[in-house]
Amino acid sequence: MTFKFNNVYLKEVATIAGPYEKKGPLGNLFDKTYKDLYCEETSWERAEVHLLNESMKKVLKKSNLTKEDIDLLIAGDLLNQISSSSYAAYDLGKPFLGIYNACATNTEALIIGSSLISSKYIKKCICSVSSHNMSSEKQFRNPTEYGAPKPKTATFTSTGGASAILTDEKTNIKIESGTIGKIMDLEQKDPLNMGAVMAPAAAETIYQHLTDTNRDPNYYDLILTGDLGLYGKEILIEYMKKEYKIDISNNYNDCGIMLYDLKKQKEILAGGSGPVCSALVLYTIVLEQMRQKNIKRVLMVATGALFNPNFVFQKENILSIAHAVSLEVI
Amino acid sequence: MVKKMKNKKYEEITEKHKPNEHRGKNCLVAFLIGGLIGGLGEILIELYIMWFHISQSQASTYMIITLIFLACLCTALGFFDKWVTFARCGLLIPITGFAHSMQSASLEYKTEGLVYGIGSNAFKLAGTVIVYGVVSAWSFGMIRLLIGGGAV
Repeated sequence: MTFKFNNVYLKEVATIAGPYEKKGPLGNLFDKTYKDLYCEETSWERAEVHLLNESMKKVLKKSNLTKEDIDLLIAGDLLNQISSSSYAAYDLGKPFLGIYNACATNTEALIIGSSLISSKYIKKCICSVSSHNMSSEKQFRNPTEYGAPKPKTATFTSTGGASAILTDEKTNIKIESGTIGKIMDLEQKDPLNMGAVMAPAAAETIYQHLTDTNRDPNYYDLILTGDLGLYGKEILIEYMKKEYKIDISNNYNDCGIMLYDLKKQKEILAGGSGPVCSALVLYTIVLEQMRQKNIKRVLMVATGALFNPNFVFQKENILSIAHAVSLEVI
Repeated sequence: MVKKMKNKKYEEITEKHKPNEHRGKNCLVAFLIGGLIGGLGEILIELYIMWFHISQSQASTYMIITLIFLACLCTALGFFDKWVTFARCGLLIPITGFAHSMQSASLEYKTEGLVYGIGSNAFKLAGTVIVYGVVSAWSFGMIRLLIGGGAV
C-alpha cells in the first residue's frame, strides 16, 4: 500500500547519541553526544527517556518553534509497553500517539504524521524514536555486565534519541510518498541473526513501493535499509535479484553499517540496530547530503524484527516488517 | 508447497552469507584460559595447605571462595564482561562463571530495588545451573545407591 503525500515537508531534525555512536564516522554530526551510557540519569531506562526528551527539546529549539506550535507527537521505542516514549511524551505535554514496529518505528511514525498532515487534520507534528543499547540488552537478552559471547551475525542496539518535525509549510525536503509493509515470515528463528530475519520484509516493501509507483530502483539516488547489518545487506541484494528480479546493488546501503566504523569497533559485530539506528543516519549524513543537493531522492526502508523472547523460546518464528518513506529535495 | 520451496531457497541464501566463526581459535582460547583458572585454583589449594596447615578438602573450599570473590570483584569493577567476550567458556564454565552470572544479574537489577530487583533476578541465569545441578546430583546419587549400594 503506497500513499503519495501532498504538502508534507521535513522542517527540522535533532539527534542525540551515545558513546559508541560518537566514536563512529558520523560522531561529529550529532547535535549532542554522551560519553557515558547513563546519560546523567540513574538507570538505563531513565537514560533512554532522557535521550528522547532531549531530542524533542532540541528539534523545537533548532526550528524556532515552541510546544504550542506542535499539534501531535508520534513516538516509539523498543521497551515493553513503549514506556520510554510515554514518559518523554508526558514531559512534552502534547497529544500523543505511541507506536511500535520495532526498528521500523521511525518510518511508521513518518508515514502516520505525513498522512495526517496531508489530509489537513494537523499542521505540524514531531516524530520521535529512541533506543538504548543497555536497556534493550537487559530486556531482550542477558544482564549487561554478563558479556555473553555472540556470533558475528549479531547486531548492536544503537543508543540515542532522534526527532523530526513534519510540517505543511514548504521547506526544501519533501516527504513524497510512503509504503506500508506487511508482515513477513520466512521461518527464521535466530535472534542473533536479525539481518536474515528482516531482509525479506525489506525486499517485499521495496518491491511493493517500486511496483505501486511504477519506478525503477535507479530513480532513487539512494535506497537505505534500516538495520540489516553486513550480512543482511548481502542477503537482501541476492534475495531481491533471485526472488523479485530487481537489482538494487548500485545505489543501496544500510544504516546499521553506516553508523559505525565496523573495522575498528569490533563490539558492533554485524552493525547497528534499534529504532534510532536508521534515524541517526537519515537525519545526519543523508539529510546533509540532500541539503547540499548531492543526492536528491532517497528511499528510506526501515526494517523491524518483531522479536519477543517468550515466543522465540516457544519455538515460534521471528516475524519482520518494513515500511518505506520516499524523501525528495525540491 | 510453494511456500516451503520459497523458504528453502531463502535458507540457502542466508546460509551462504553466514560468516564462519573461528571455532578452533575459540576452543583453544577457552581451553587455555580455563586451564589457567584450574591451575590458579590448584596453586591456591597448595598455598592454603602450606600456610594454614589445613586439610585438602578445607583448602579447596577456601580456594572456591577466593575465586568467587575475585570473579565478583572483577564483575563489579566492570571488566569481567569484556574478558568473557574474549575467553568465552574458559571463564564461564569454571566457578568464576557462576559467580559472574549472579553478580551481573544483581548489578543489573539493583535499580528495581532489593526485593523485585536483586532478590527476584539474582538467579536469572544461575537458576538453571542450580536446578539441573540438583536434579543430576540426585539422579547420579540414586544410580550409585541402586548399583553400588551407596558405598564409596
